[in-house]
Amino acid sequence: MSSNTPGQGGGRYVAPIEETPVVAVDAVDESQKAQSVWGDAWQAMRKRWLFWLCAALIAVIVVVALFPQWFTASLPTGGACKIGQSLDPASAGHPLGFDKQGCDVFSRILYGTRSSVTVGLLATLLATLIGGIIGALAGFYGGFLDSLVSRLGDIFFAIPTILGAIIVMQVMPWDRNAITLSIVLAVFGWPIIARIMRGAVLTAKNSDYVMASVALGLSRSKILLGHVIPNALAPVIVIATVSLGTYIVAEASLSFLGIGLPPSIPSWGGDISTAQGSIRQAPELIFFPATALAITVLAFLLLGDIVRDALDPKARARR
Amino acid sequence: MSENAATATTPLLQITDLEVGFTTQSGVVPAVRGVSFSIMPGENLAIVGESGSGKSTTAQAIIDLLPGTGKVTGGSILFDGTDLTTLNASGIQRVRGSQIGYVPQDPMSNLNPVWNIGFQVRETIEANTQLRGQDAKKRVIEVLEEAGLSDPGSRLRQYPNQFSGGMRQRVLIGIGLSARPKLLIADEPTSALDVTVQRRILDHLGTLTRDYGTSVLFITHDLGLAAERAEKLVVMYKGKIVEYGSSQEILADPQHPYTKRLVAAAPSLASRRIQAVRNDEEESGALAPVTRDISIVERAEAREASAAGDLIEVKNLTKVYQIRQGGFRKTDFTAVDDVSFSIPKGTTTALVGESGSGKSTVAKMVLKLEDITSGSITFDGKDVGTLPRSELLSFRRRVQPVFQDPYGSLDPLRSIGSTIAEPLLIHGIGDAKSRRATVRELLEQVSLPSSTELRYPNELSGGQRQRVAVARALALNPEVIVLDEAVSALDVLVQGQVLDLLTKLQTELGLTYLFITHDLAVVRLVADNVCVMRQGRIVEQATTDEVFDSPKQDYTRELLEAIPGGNFEFGRL
Repeated sequence: MSSNTPGQGGGRYVAPIEETPVVAVDAVDESQKAQSVWGDAWQAMRKRWLFWLCAALIAVIVVVALFPQWFTASLPTGGACKIGQSLDPASAGHPLGFDKQGCDVFSRILYGTRSSVTVGLLATLLATLIGGIIGALAGFYGGFLDSLVSRLGDIFFAIPTILGAIIVMQVMPWDRNAITLSIVLAVFGWPIIARIMRGAVLTAKNSDYVMASVALGLSRSKILLGHVIPNALAPVIVIATVSLGTYIVAEASLSFLGIGLPPSIPSWGGDISTAQGSIRQAPELIFFPATALAITVLAFLLLGDIVRDALDPKARARR
Repeated sequence: MSENAATATTPLLQITDLEVGFTTQSGVVPAVRGVSFSIMPGENLAIVGESGSGKSTTAQAIIDLLPGTGKVTGGSILFDGTDLTTLNASGIQRVRGSQIGYVPQDPMSNLNPVWNIGFQVRETIEANTQLRGQDAKKRVIEVLEEAGLSDPGSRLRQYPNQFSGGMRQRVLIGIGLSARPKLLIADEPTSALDVTVQRRILDHLGTLTRDYGTSVLFITHDLGLAAERAEKLVVMYKGKIVEYGSSQEILADPQHPYTKRLVAAAPSLASRRIQAVRNDEEESGALAPVTRDISIVERAEAREASAAGDLIEVKNLTKVYQIRQGGFRKTDFTAVDDVSFSIPKGTTTALVGESGSGKSTVAKMVLKLEDITSGSITFDGKDVGTLPRSELLSFRRRVQPVFQDPYGSLDPLRSIGSTIAEPLLIHGIGDAKSRRATVRELLEQVSLPSSTELRYPNELSGGQRQRVAVARALALNPEVIVLDEAVSALDVLVQGQVLDLLTKLQTELGLTYLFITHDLAVVRLVADNVCVMRQGRIVEQATTDEVFDSPKQDYTRELLEAIPGGNFEFGRL
């Protein structure tokens, strides 16, 4: 030890031992709390105010969809609409006035939430289930099944969801309701989920932990259910959250065109369509359902964005 | 730039009290703390340390290539009379490339796949010199020729994917040296390459830099490489320098406890120790870990006592893959070609070879994860290839794998406890309570605290994950463990720890190991028998002592000579 400070001449330097105490090789840091991947994602989400804003909005939207009668005494349809009230301005109990048919606008918007949320949730659920199962099987078992499913997916891909739904809904005017509309949207929407799922399953399938499970003697179906699908779920959840918003838009578009939900079921799309007719006399009427639609869709799209950031830190880092 | 400043007495690079920090949500995290060292013109210096020690960060700070939120927070970097920390972006750009060259770590991802080689070399030359047009093109060919590529004229139009890893690294070295910099920073330049390729490239790099009088700053985790290629050594630990001086001196007589530990764990040294113990026990060194010495002796005795037969017998094993070549044409590729060897019970057999030698394919076939094309594998008297389904589960119980990548071999969504309990669950062993007890016992066996069972893989280091993988493999009380490059991705100290653990477990449980590795130094540490593979064939097969002391084949000899620092006497003055 000819020198005590590093970098002085060419001598030998040894750091004082007390300055850099040598710790045990590769000890587990027990001071940190154990945290799963999902737990990590939750921690990342709960730190963002935007998440809480979206969550609060969505909670309100869901409550309104479930119990619209809590918020208004008037009914949106049927006998409650009196043509004599047509385009009447706001009054006590009717904060947004009446539309051309004499229906209470506020009530229609509240009850319209139910259609939007039902179609959005149901279509997403169906598309995710169909697409998820098909994509997982195609990715995991490969071969002929994979080729068949991929080509089938391509065919559906070539038809825009909304166009396909227009065609199908037009040929079945007798049975238009939230459930049939959701099924139709899911039938044209599943290929996106299937593709995402297939890709994620392919990645997970080739990982070492799957090979380790094979070597442990786990059966193929149990590997698929126990290891591959849970690890492939994250991107699917992200896409599903985002597509929820797009399905709500699709419902509104179809109802606007008059081939979504029938006029007897309140729907924002339908209301926009009616308001269009009286745009010269009461331009504000188009504004109310459009705002409700925009806020709802935005809440779900933002939530999808936040979920993606939490589940995929790489996407967050790139920004 | 002040050309005259660099005389023999003033250092080319002088770093004083360098501090580098990364800004995170919880404030600035220091990565490099008070680092000072200097490099003389024409001198080679190596920074050695494990991952996270701050060695790469130090190098990146010199040429202002710190990733993300990294920032130099203190100290100075004096290069050729200029303080690099005070330069602005365009100032440092003039230094980069023309004055300080950089050879990155990963040759696979550091060349742009959409541009041809000629374009990428030319880009550097035009950025750093006045050469343009035909002159620049001529210089490109010169650079590639200097880098040791044959027929560089016709290679200009080739793309990176047409080059092997070694050739790409040559190109990167060529680019790094193309403007004749005074200093070349080589960040783990050969870690991703096979040993024989590594040796050729380092030799070539040595010749080039000596001819041009270029100083080289090596960043490496390999003590042997540092000892062989650099006169001066900086040992870093947790962002600080713990030892600095002549590399011969430090490695022969380490002073700081961390350096001592590092030198003791360097495989080439440890392997000598084991041989020494085996040959004459009185000379068992004080530096070698005690457990290792004992286990070797005990194991040797136990082996002689039992004198059991071969547990695994591989005969004329061949694996042919069909590679599709566009359309419906297929060509056969023989990955494993007529391989025969046997593994006596309770011993370790190592399969050694460079990438593409077929060693991992053999491992997968022994594990019955790949089908056999021809030949046979017999395990305990039964043919593995034709094992009926009913017996497959019991075969799986008795033969267990540990894979290479500690980051990929554990399901990220499962807690450690559930990962280790999985094999017990599959084979229906015990109830929930007894399984939990077994998990705790296994964790203890691999020296992890029992609270680890609640944790998830992303919270553990590579070495810890690999120990979890070992615990999972042990859960079913197997007889054979196939270790496929199980320690290759780990830092030297952690690697030594896992090897110690494996040796201990072998003694205690009478395990038989098939050890797949590219690292001959590790082989000497743990193996009883060695099979050297090359291009799908076994070229040499003997006991470890025979292979190391009197290799019969040129290829084996070449492999042995290529181990960095193989002839260097660590820890002995």
